[in-house]
Amino acid sequence: MPTLRFTKDHEWVRLDGDTAVIGITDYAQQQLGDIVYVELPAPGSRVETGKEAAVVESAKAASEVYAPVSGEVVAVNGAIADDPAKVNADPMGDGWFLTVKLDDLKALDGLMDEAAYAAFVAEQG
Amino acid sequence: MDLDKPTDLRRTPLHALHVARGAKMVPFAGYEMPVQYPAGIIAEHLHTRAAAGLFDVSHMGQVALHGVTAAAIEALVPGDIEGLPEARMRYTLLLNDDGGIVDDLMAIRFAGGLRLVVNAATKDNDVVYLRARLGPGAGVELLDDLALLALQGPQAAAVLARVVGPGVETMPFLSCAPVERPGMTLFVARSGYTGEDGFEISVVAERAVEFAELLLAEPEVMPIGLGARDTLRLEAGLCLYGHDIDETTTPVAAGLAWTIAKRRRQEGDFPGARRILRELADGPARRRVGIRPDGRAPAREGSAVVDPAGNLIGEVTSGGFSPSLNAPIAMGYVARSYSDPGTALATVVRDVARPARVSPLPFVPTRYYRGN
Repeated sequence: MPTLRFTKDHEWVRLDGDTAVIGITDYAQQQLGDIVYVELPAPGSRVETGKEAAVVESAKAASEVYAPVSGEVVAVNGAIADDPAKVNADPMGDGWFLTVKLDDLKALDGLMDEAAYAAFVAEQG
Repeated sequence: MDLDKPTDLRRTPLHALHVARGAKMVPFAGYEMPVQYPAGIIAEHLHTRAAAGLFDVSHMGQVALHGVTAAAIEALVPGDIEGLPEARMRYTLLLNDDGGIVDDLMAIRFAGGLRLVVNAATKDNDVVYLRARLGPGAGVELLDDLALLALQGPQAAAVLARVVGPGVETMPFLSCAPVERPGMTLFVARSGYTGEDGFEISVVAERAVEFAELLLAEPEVMPIGLGARDTLRLEAGLCLYGHDIDETTTPVAAGLAWTIAKRRRQEGDFPGARRILRELADGPARRRVGIRPDGRAPAREGSAVVDPAGNLIGEVTSGGFSPSLNAPIAMGYVARSYSDPGTALATVVRDVARPARVSPLPFVPTRYYRGN
């Protein structure tokens, strides 16, 4: 059972060995509405916890996607760059953004699990 | 995500209808307004282009003028108001003495006199300005007991004729007429802000929900939020006050010189006429243009516009994604020498200059009713 964690900025991160798959949550895509553009980092570049890793633009506005963990970008999802609506359709699956080789496997420890995130979203009203 | 909601927002007569239909409500111009319904901005936009969309624009200011002649209004705008026939309306600009645009508006002439429809964010200021300039004998009345609905799209005429009775489908573009319905008088204008054929319908506030529901019961009609209203007007190349035009922009720089009537140019008696006539003769320093980014990244309001060498030449004033073109589009001001369609330039988005070209406006052909 892979570890799935969430941030207060509505990113999700799923651990697969020492690689983390990162995306935005269903709540995030609902709040954004129709996603029309995604800008992804270059594979081989570094992302740092809490810093911008990608950009997602809805019909209304641009938003930053923050890296939940630090590490080297292994792969990015070119399919969402070509068809950004995939992020709306399947944010936790086909709509993933990037994978990162973790600097520190414990980096997920401070993040919310699924139940804690559901409670956090409920508080957002 | 910042979910703070200001508590002193005003509501239109259709507020409960929006909420009941699942709209996402946001603050806009002091009102709590629907930015989108569950269908979403792109679906709402495409539906309006394909069938008919219903918009609540009750936040806009409907202003009745009492004891105000067309000549008196002409002292404040560059349009031909004296020559405006009864039951017709005209897009014009409220100007300051520097020729800057205080507001853009529709002036309507009907049997009872003159009425203006002005922007929501500026309506209170407009009333103050109009009273000050028109003098103590003038009555300037903001009609807060009226709602305003817009029905837009290629099916709008067929739908409205079905709901209110035949006749409206042959109304000329920019004409208006009262239409009697049981228990209510509608004031129907063939106009809008989407580039489509359509109508704007003024109705007393207490009957607004009933009338909106009649329209929404028609199979072609979907409720449309402010998000799609913005993408529709941007595709149509229409200005949004406070963004594409304001008190620092003149009608000439804004590409709105067509609103300056020939007689008014000759008489030169509108505010800022000296500057505006000089710009008409010599060309403005900068001009509003359409911009098509080469890539997929939208260039938003505030993005710098640079020449291919990186020199600052202007700024984006409206920008986003065009659902009809499935591509980003923008409008902005650039130095006049860069304003010809096809000119290569770049918009700076997240510190990266991204190639783009000047585009003719509108981005999507307008389909106003011109008679059949």
